[in-house]
Amino acid sequence: MGKNFIWVLFILLFVLHQDIWWWNDASLVLGFMPIGLAFHAGFSIVCAILGWAAIKFAWPHDLEEFAEEDGEKEGSI
Amino acid sequence: MTTLIVIVLYLCLLLGLGFFSSRLFRGTSKDYFVASHSIGPFLLLMSVFGTTMTAFALVGSTGKSFERGIGTYGLMASISGLVHAGIFFLIGIRLWAFGKKYGYITQIQFFRARFESDRLGYLLFPILVLLVIPYLLIGIIGAGKTIEPVTAGAFTEIFTNPTAPQWLGGIPPWLTGLVVSLVVLTYVFLGGSRGAAYANTFQTIVFMIMGVVAFVYIINGLGGLEQAGKVPARINAKGVIVQDYQFNKQSGELLKNDPPKPIGRVLNSDNSDLTGRQPHLSRTPISVEFKKKNPKTGEISSFERELGIPFITFVSYFFIPLSVGMFPHLFQHWLTAKSAKAFRLTVIAHPLCIMVVWVPCVLVGAWASGVLPPGIPPPAVLSAMLNLLVGDPILTGLLTAGVLAAIMSSLDSQFLCLGTIFTNDIVVHRAGSKKYSDKQVILIARVFIVVIVALTYVLAMWAKDANVFDLAVWCFSGFSALFPVVFAALYWKRATKEGAFASIIAALVTWVYFFHLSGYGGEMVIGPGIIPAAVCFGAAALAMIVGSLMTKPPSDETLQKFFPPIKKL
Repeated sequence: MGKNFIWVLFILLFVLHQDIWWWNDASLVLGFMPIGLAFHAGFSIVCAILGWAAIKFAWPHDLEEFAEEDGEKEGSI
Repeated sequence: MTTLIVIVLYLCLLLGLGFFSSRLFRGTSKDYFVASHSIGPFLLLMSVFGTTMTAFALVGSTGKSFERGIGTYGLMASISGLVHAGIFFLIGIRLWAFGKKYGYITQIQFFRARFESDRLGYLLFPILVLLVIPYLLIGIIGAGKTIEPVTAGAFTEIFTNPTAPQWLGGIPPWLTGLVVSLVVLTYVFLGGSRGAAYANTFQTIVFMIMGVVAFVYIINGLGGLEQAGKVPARINAKGVIVQDYQFNKQSGELLKNDPPKPIGRVLNSDNSDLTGRQPHLSRTPISVEFKKKNPKTGEISSFERELGIPFITFVSYFFIPLSVGMFPHLFQHWLTAKSAKAFRLTVIAHPLCIMVVWVPCVLVGAWASGVLPPGIPPPAVLSAMLNLLVGDPILTGLLTAGVLAAIMSSLDSQFLCLGTIFTNDIVVHRAGSKKYSDKQVILIARVFIVVIVALTYVLAMWAKDANVFDLAVWCFSGFSALFPVVFAALYWKRATKEGAFASIIAALVTWVYFFHLSGYGGEMVIGPGIIPAAVCFGAAALAMIVGSLMTKPPSDETLQKFFPPIKKL
C-alpha cells in the first residue's frame, strides 16, 4: 500500500461524499439523527482513518530529513 | 447580570493567560512570529483547529442549518474533514519543510523565492489583507450577535435601543465587539505567536467542552433526543409549514401546539409528496414563503427562502475548503511546528474535531426551525436557543463564553499574521534586515496589529447585519481561488512567475466581480447552482497553466532549491 492507493481512497471518498441516495430521505436514525447527517458524521470518521493510513503508508520521510538537515536561512528574521 | 459576570470572568481569565504567556516570550522576533518552531503535536492541533473554527463554525453553522437544514454539514464540515486533512498532508508539511530549511516566516517569503520575484510579494500582500478582513469581521459581528440576546434585561436603563425589543438592556454589539477586540489585542500584543498558541489551545478546549454541554442542555430542554427529532418545522397536507411545539419558558417545558402554528407555506418543489415532511432534515430544495414580524413596528411581512441544498451547489462547495492551503494565518501556525511529526495528530484528529463541533450545531439549527420564529437573524439562532432552553444564568454565561472562545481563537491568529506579513514582507523586506533591531521589528508588528484591530472594528460596525456564514464563504472563496498558486509552486516545476502573476490577477478579478454582483457578501450561485469559488478557481488555474507555459521556465538554481533530487520529494 503506498501513495497511489491513498489517492484512490481519497477520490473514492470524494465520490461517496456526494450521497445522492439519501438526498431526499428525512428519516431518523436512532430516533433523532437524520440519515443524511448520520452518513456524513460517519464520513468524518472515515476521513480520520484515511489520515491515519496516509501517515502510516505514505509519510514523506525524505522531506522530513531534507528539512532537518542544516541549510541556508534566507528569511528576513 | 449573572450571565454577564461569568462572561467577564472568562475574559479576565484569558487576559491572565496572555500575561502568563508573555512571561514565556523569549524577546526575539522569531519567537514572536513563529514561537521559535517549538510547538508540539497537541498545541498544533488545537491552534490549527481553533483557528479554522470561528464564529462561522458555531454561530454560522447553526444559523445556516436553521435556514437550509442538515445539508449544511456535508456542504462545509465533512468535505472540510477530507480536504483540510489532505492539505495539511500535501501542502502544510511541505511548506513547513521549506520554511524550516530556508528560514521563511511568511507565505510571501516563500513565493518570492519560489517564483523569483519581489513584486509578487507586493501584489499578494494587499490581496491577503483584503481577504482576511472579512474573516475578521465575522468574528466581531458573531460575538456581538451572541452576547446581546443572552444579556437581555441586564441594563434596561442604559441600553435602551436593542436590535430586537425582546433584547432590551442587553449588551449592544458595538460594546461586545470593542471588548472582544481589546482582549484579543492584549494577549496577541503581549505573547505573540506563543501567546496565541496557548490561548488557542485553552479556548479550543473551552469551546469544545461547552459545545457538548450546551448540546446536552438543549436536548434536555427539548424533552430528550427522540423528542428533539420531532421538533423541526413540518409541512402539512395543505403545503403549510407548521410548528408542532413551543417552549414555555415559565414552566421550562416543551408543549404541543394544538392546532399546530402556521409559519409559512411551500411555493414550489421538485418533490410532489411533501406531506408530513420535516424539510430541515433532508436536502431537497424547496422554495418557501415565511412570515415575519418587524420587532420594532409590529408590522407583518413575508419573505422567501430556499430550504435544502441544490446538488450542483453541494458538489461545487468542494472548492471552499481548498482555502486552507492559502490562509496566511494557517501558514504561520504550520511554521510554529517543532517537527513534521507534529502534523500527524492534526491530520488524523482534525476531521473528528470538526465532527464534534459541527454535528451538534447543525442539529440545533434544524431543531430551532420548530421553536423559533423563522424571521430571526440566522447568526442569533444559537444564542436564542440557549436563552430559550437553558434557564440557568451561570450555565448560559459559560456556554456563551464557549462561543466567544471559538471566535477569539481565530481572531488572534489572524491579527498576528497580518502584523507578521506587514513587518516581514513590506517593512523589513524594503529596508533590509539590518536596518531594524529585533525589538523594533516586534514594535512595528505590534503597531500594525493595533491599526488592523481598529480598522476591523470600524468595518464590523458598518457591516453589523451581514450574514456570518455567507461572508465567511466569500472569504474562503478568495483564498481557494489562490490555491492553484501554492499547489503549482510546490508540485509543478514548470510554474513561472508570470503564471503566478496571471493566476493571482485572475483570482482577484473574478472574485471582486462576483463579490460585487452578490451585493458585497450575499449568498450567490451561478447558472444551475455553481458557487463563484469554482469559477474563480478555474480561472486562476487556467491562468497559471497558460501563463507558465507561455513563458521561460524557472532558473535551474530555483528548481534545485525547491525540487531537490531527493527520492519521493
